[in-house]
Amino acid sequence: MTSPALAEPLPSSVRKPGRVKSLMTTYRVPLSIIALCLLPWLLPSKALAVNVLVYGVVAVGYNLLFGYTGLLSFGHAAFVGAGAYITGIAIGQFGVPWYAAVLLGVIGGGLLAFAIGALSTRTRGIYFSMVTLALAQLVYYVALQASSWTGGENGLRGFTVNKINLLGYDINFLDPVNKYYVLMAFAALALWVVSRILNSPFGAAIEAIRENERRARTCGYNVERTKLLSFTLSGTICALGGTMSALHLAFVPLDSLHYHASGMIVMMTLLGGASSFFGPFVGALVFLVMEDVFSLWTSHWQIIVGSIFVLFVLFLPKGIWGTFLARFVR
Amino acid sequence: MNAPLLAVEDIGVRFGGFVALQSVTTAFHRGRVTSIIGPNGAGKSTLFNVLSGVLTPSSGSIRFKGQDLKGTRQHEFVHRGIARSYQITNIFPDLTVHENVRVAAQASRSRYNIWTNRNRFSELDTKADSALEAVGLVAKRDEIAKYLAHGQQRALEIAIALISDPEVLLLDEPTAGMGPEETKEMVALLEKLASERTILLVEHKMKMILGLSDRILVLHHGRLIADGSPRDIQTDPEVRRVYLGQNDGYA
Repeated sequence: MTSPALAEPLPSSVRKPGRVKSLMTTYRVPLSIIALCLLPWLLPSKALAVNVLVYGVVAVGYNLLFGYTGLLSFGHAAFVGAGAYITGIAIGQFGVPWYAAVLLGVIGGGLLAFAIGALSTRTRGIYFSMVTLALAQLVYYVALQASSWTGGENGLRGFTVNKINLLGYDINFLDPVNKYYVLMAFAALALWVVSRILNSPFGAAIEAIRENERRARTCGYNVERTKLLSFTLSGTICALGGTMSALHLAFVPLDSLHYHASGMIVMMTLLGGASSFFGPFVGALVFLVMEDVFSLWTSHWQIIVGSIFVLFVLFLPKGIWGTFLARFVR
Repeated sequence: MNAPLLAVEDIGVRFGGFVALQSVTTAFHRGRVTSIIGPNGAGKSTLFNVLSGVLTPSSGSIRFKGQDLKGTRQHEFVHRGIARSYQITNIFPDLTVHENVRVAAQASRSRYNIWTNRNRFSELDTKADSALEAVGLVAKRDEIAKYLAHGQQRALEIAIALISDPEVLLLDEPTAGMGPEETKEMVALLEKLASERTILLVEHKMKMILGLSDRILVLHHGRLIADGSPRDIQTDPEVRRVYLGQNDGYA
């Protein structure tokens, strides 16, 4: 995903980030967390804020693969769904404590990502997208058939977490504000981990692969293995988003595994800006707010959101946040 | 003479029914500039692709420092000590010049570290800067690679190849698309590099090759038809017939 030079008004050939920009990059994690702290007070409902949190984490995780490694996966719903289902089943059927269920969900989703990644990263381009789509649909049908575990078409229910014990304090998890700030801790963790990954030597390697796979290989990078690691890390972060969603809704809809959900993740990431750290979060926010607002007016809200998405892809390929950074932040 | 650094024996490459290389056997010794010439389609790039692991030969073997490279994957070639540039400029277009070289330098020591801040590896910065100095790109350090002039991009690609400190450097038409001024600069650079490492060169500019090379190999229809000093090659009747003769006065 190289950004076309034409999209920039006057391409300055020297990259010297200004003071504001470099400060924003250095402190991107604390700044993001501050923004997340304020979020529930700026949105019409706390439930919407939690949703933004969940899909923000998912999109940021997805962006590691899509925006930074340059691989377009159409199957990331599988990892979100796997995280959610494993958490729900662990709590509902095995009575595992919530935090252990979260851990299991993340590990399980990560392992699934490793397996799907091992098969899909052998292919390239459109074939890669199709293989991820097909394997994710396979996971969907497994969940549909294994209804004694997953509830099949009805989705998974019966694992409501009412209160959680945090450092000796019982917190009422049904209170939306409490719920938001507990889940925000997970989101903060995810942002911090992704930021570290992007700053690491591995972060440089995946960018090199995105820029020029052949040159990266000639430089001595094992491209396949690097892609697989990126795929696994990305899927693991998405699984964390899935476990957050399970805790939030106390319900896992079967649709959370469907390729529609994968498509939504791609849309959120592109809308916010695949080339930026916080963009996917902004994309999730804008997408969900649009869904919330437009669905009040019409049941065909997808037409409006879809049109806006197309306009963005055509005219603002860097997305909302990416364009904002490029135009207004020096 | 001592053992060759890089040797190929009876190399054959087929693409379906097309024979790109046919039983090529030769060896390259340390510290020389060897040019590979031949008309278009003679198999020069194919030989380069075999020597750099891009292609696995259909038959024959490659030995580097006495070790068989069979089964060695492409990305491992550079770690063994064989680096290359491509005929069509092959850089990281959206990274800065410095980042281009730095990420190449990093490949030799830190490929899967997902946790340490990459700026901690400050020796990579120093290494990248010295490679940029070697190819004369220090002034362009912070420019985005795709905005460089063509000749500078070619030089950047050589810096990327050099950063692994390879024993053998394969350069596929380093002056392709260059004007006379840029070519002159590139020749000066190659002469400087040749004092320290083994260079294999695919080129079309005969004047340049004759001045620069210690040895010339001539390929024609996938076969090695001549091998010798520039003087030998110029007087070789077979070579004159298939190659130089096509363009009298070029040589």
